Amino acid sequence: MSNSSYRHIINDGLWHNNPALVQILGLCPLLAVTNTVINALGLGLATTVTLVASNGTVSLIRRWVRPEIRIPVFVLIIASIVTAIELVMNAFFHELYLILGIFIPLIVTNCSIMARAESFASKNPLLPSLTDGLFMGLGFTGVLLVLGALRESLGFGTLLAHADLMFGELGKAMTVTLWENYRGYLLAVLPPGAFLGLGLIIALKNVIDRRQARKAETVTAPGGETATA
Amino acid sequence: MHTLMRQMLISAALLGLFAVLGTGMVAVTHEATAERIAANHRARLLRSLHLLVTPDMHDNDLINDMITVTDPEWLGTDKPVRVWRARKQGKPVAVIINSVAPDGYNGRIELLVAIRADGTLLGVRVVGHQETPGLGDAIDASKSDWVHEFDNRSLNNPDKKGWKVKRDGGVFDQFTGATITPRAVVKAVYKTLVYFEKHQDELFQQPARPVEAIQHE
Repeated sequence: MSNSSYRHIINDGLWHNNPALVQILGLCPLLAVTNTVINALGLGLATTVTLVASNGTVSLIRRWVRPEIRIPVFVLIIASIVTAIELVMNAFFHELYLILGIFIPLIVTNCSIMARAESFASKNPLLPSLTDGLFMGLGFTGVLLVLGALRESLGFGTLLAHADLMFGELGKAMTVTLWENYRGYLLAVLPPGAFLGLGLIIALKNVIDRRQARKAETVTAPGGETATA
Repeated sequence: MHTLMRQMLISAALLGLFAVLGTGMVAVTHEATAERIAANHRARLLRSLHLLVTPDMHDNDLINDMITVTDPEWLGTDKPVRVWRARKQGKPVAVIINSVAPDGYNGRIELLVAIRADGTLLGVRVVGHQETPGLGDAIDASKSDWVHEFDNRSLNNPDKKGWKVKRDGGVFDQFTGATITPRAVVKAVYKTLVYFEKHQDELFQQPARPVEAIQHE
């Protein structure tokens, strides 16, 4: 695979085909746990690890698995990986595990993982599949983080609160209090805040995309022969 | 026909192989993490118990000196409720009862109610709830000091009429915009105190349950 196709995979995951903003997959955990940055980061990383591991495994076995049983095999692989991750989180990040609760096992049902296994990893060699899993995961994590930061700053007036759940003693110093004695803004904390926030982020992405498309048009215009795309 | 059968068998064998591999991976991870997970659970439990009964108040093995009791009317749930006994030099110091307020605004509110042997409250902590963030969640000790209103109270302080929120003529504060949550907690703490008064002697005398039985819950 050439460098340009890797760049294509990376751009797709992070922006053009972002699982949260373009494919709109995995909304359940996306909306449910993004009330703080640390929750978002925890779930985002767990999802990324799952994506990389499942994409890798599916790519390795893609020649052996017959098409008629591929879906159950993918489900088995994804479920096993997620259960293992859940156990590891329970053992090593216990407090964070308690907060993320049901949303760790629910990674199994995050359609973006199945979608990547089926549409990418089952047709591509190992390295591109791992890259695809990593950057789709990071794209998802990025949206979780932006939404988490938006909701935490508006809802609680802090950023990175409870970072010690993830980074230990070091994390206690990472919390940023944006406004002292902030009274809190309930709408941002509750589920409607998540929907509004995600809507705004998608709108922002569309604005950026459109502006870039227009810029590209004006660059080619002086040549006189712009195609009407 | 023969080839079709062969195809099916190969598919089935492949599927079975992946099921075995997947389950094997989960089993290995479980084996590697089980001990640490159990230790995490114990540490977390001991931490919450020690918020109420400080380590210097007891010298027994608090986590394992536990019994379960069932009393739907006074403890708020028809499931067994855990009771930990704190003792110093063999003498009863306090109990911590894991009772439930069944009628919160958004379902059950799980409590730890610590009662000294003389019937006064050491303190109360809310350990599980789904109350509205920003309104009802002020019962959580990390969100507000409200739960400390219970410290040192007993069945005589205030009297029965006073064991209500202020809006209902009692002595306990309610929250702006949320009366149902504190009302449920006040009622549950009161009922737990009544239960303790009735069963105090049994609670301290009953032999502790074996540790293995507890770990499997």
